[in-house]
Amino acid sequence: MSSAVEQLEGLTAQEYKYGFVTDIDQETLPPGLTEDTVRFISAKKEEPEWLLEWRLKAFRHWQGMTEPTWPNVSYPKIDYQSISYYAAPKSADDKPKSLDEVDPELLATYEKLGIPLEERAVLAGVAVDAVFDSVSVATTFREKLADAGVIFMSISEAVREHPELVRKYLGSVVPPSDNFFAALNSAVFSDGSFVFIPKGVTCPMELSTYFRINAMNTGQFERTLIVAEDDSYVSYLEGCTAPMRDENQLHAAVVELVALENARIKYSTVQNWYPGDKDGNGGIYNFVTKRGACRGKRSKISWTQVETGSAITWKYPSCILIGDGSVGEFYSVAVTNNHQQADTGTKMIHIGKDTTSTIVSKGISAGVSNNSYRGLVKIMPKADGARNFSQCDSMLMGDRCGAHTFPYLEVRNKTAQVEHEATTSKIGEDQIFYLNQRGIETEDAVSMIVNGFCKEVFRELPMEFAVEAQKLLGVSLEGSVG
Amino acid sequence: MLQIRNLHVSIDGQKILRGIDLDVQPGTVHAVMGPNGSGKSTLASVLAGRDGYEIEEGSVTYNGQDLLDMDPEIRAREGVFLAFQYPVEVPGVTTMYFMREAVNAVRKHRGEEELSAGEFLKLARQKIDPLGMEADMLKRAINEGFSGGEKKRSEIFQMAMLEPKLAVLDETDSGLDIDALKIVADGVNSLRSADRSFVVITHYQRLLNYIVPDYVHVLSDGRIELSGDKNLALELESRGYGWINDDVVPQAAAGV
Repeated sequence: MSSAVEQLEGLTAQEYKYGFVTDIDQETLPPGLTEDTVRFISAKKEEPEWLLEWRLKAFRHWQGMTEPTWPNVSYPKIDYQSISYYAAPKSADDKPKSLDEVDPELLATYEKLGIPLEERAVLAGVAVDAVFDSVSVATTFREKLADAGVIFMSISEAVREHPELVRKYLGSVVPPSDNFFAALNSAVFSDGSFVFIPKGVTCPMELSTYFRINAMNTGQFERTLIVAEDDSYVSYLEGCTAPMRDENQLHAAVVELVALENARIKYSTVQNWYPGDKDGNGGIYNFVTKRGACRGKRSKISWTQVETGSAITWKYPSCILIGDGSVGEFYSVAVTNNHQQADTGTKMIHIGKDTTSTIVSKGISAGVSNNSYRGLVKIMPKADGARNFSQCDSMLMGDRCGAHTFPYLEVRNKTAQVEHEATTSKIGEDQIFYLNQRGIETEDAVSMIVNGFCKEVFRELPMEFAVEAQKLLGVSLEGSVG
Repeated sequence: MLQIRNLHVSIDGQKILRGIDLDVQPGTVHAVMGPNGSGKSTLASVLAGRDGYEIEEGSVTYNGQDLLDMDPEIRAREGVFLAFQYPVEVPGVTTMYFMREAVNAVRKHRGEEELSAGEFLKLARQKIDPLGMEADMLKRAINEGFSGGEKKRSEIFQMAMLEPKLAVLDETDSGLDIDALKIVADGVNSLRSADRSFVVITHYQRLLNYIVPDYVHVLSDGRIELSGDKNLALELESRGYGWINDDVVPQAAAGV
């Protein structure tokens, strides 16, 4: 369909809907990164000595590291001295006690994003932690959660209120020296969410964090830590947006999950950072380390991600399956359009016996974008009976984009079973014509075909977010089919 | 209802149709027969608006409108239906969801209210039953894992749901055993009415035992070489297509 490519281009010209800037009194640290920067952030947050030392150690380690060059992405060298490492709405100096004290301008921002912070207006059963630039501005439903014994607060608060828990688990899954961006994050992380589900508790509602970068020339380095004790369950969702700016902005987050015996953690992401304009100017560099440790027997960690934003995405949500019979899952939809680049996938490390992992990755490339799946399945010598199933499907729209698959397999136990399936298809003109012939417009036909392609992943998302994700996909690919 | 005049069509510079003339009146069934490569499927594709066909000459008028000027989805909404020879699979999209979108797109075009989920389901069950298919089929992805017979029956089901004015059946009989053929033919016959026309494209006469046509046309080398009633199909069955080329073509060329 010759007109299909044109139509695809028209669609991809769709504007990013969350590109507005909030005009708010900000306290921003001048650009630059030295030990003093790290001390400033730590002091600002009134952190205990051990945490400052932890940060400084990470910083010193980072200074000796080099940025990874192995991902299948290209971008100009980042000048880490030209970034500001701390920005906060001024009103956060005396942290609001209740939502009534939150700057109305901030509340309005979240309204615009479709995330009501008013507890009574919040989607039934979803508690929200909102992180604006470097700090958490509001966490809803805290009391109700506290009744169930669940701790859900910003990580800065958790450092003050539950130092023993934070100290025990922080960096235990992603050590500060793990990789370049994790080390940077460990040195300068500003805020993020902390979740603790005690033994035997099923978290009574979905937990959710919305990250928003607002300030200019600012990096966002949030840190999320979720600990699920024996026999507990939690479902957690993160969403992200940023204003449209001409320069690139760095987002280097670290997420750590710990699941003890029989615990289950479901972690879903709908990532919609600003992807840059159609010529590839601006957009977020999303360099993120996400890892979960299934420490207990029969524990389960499930990652579901829908990645539509960012100029460059570099992330591999992973599971370390230590407990016997533990389960790791990774369901991913990654969409790239225009000049976006994504190198994303997962790592499943099987250590315990009878551990199982499932990987379902759906990559969709349009425009002149590049989309790579990179996945490692590693079966250690003691992982008797380990099983993995991987399925990586790529869909191409138009003929100027790229899809790449880099599967790595390391099997050191003869009883392991590993299956890998991969397909690459072009969105079919035949399929579009078939739907057209039944009265369905090309745009709707494309959206139907793409959503069908991603179905196995969408059905893993909590209901409200599955709907959100489908709409988002429609917007990201608008005009992109041919 | 449909007037095709002197239609010349090529694909990638290769001429396929070389001057087709055909008139289809409301309520009639026209069979278009012909050997492989005679241009039968091209004719079906051009009527439905598939991309990649060059219209070199001629016109197609549908209910007074220029059919060739309409996008495929508009033709569909105006009542043109193509039962595909090779229905495609669309993984992950259920037949139910697909048909509901399609039926509502057509209804919207006609200025009618969209059907609610309940109304749609009721209608779908009513239409699927006579085709010997389980309503379960609605929950399966479009044509995914369907047998050849299931795919063709699904096409007839879709036709019944969309209630077209002009239905073009492109070799719907190919790959069907005799039982499936009867079911498909019954489905078509039950839709025959005074304001609905059919163009039935087929290689074999067999289908026409069950869907009895009002007219039979023989397509050869991009032209309709011969037209007649249902008896023409029977004659073709006994004498083969070679007879057309040997005998009729020179006569037709001579204007006899």
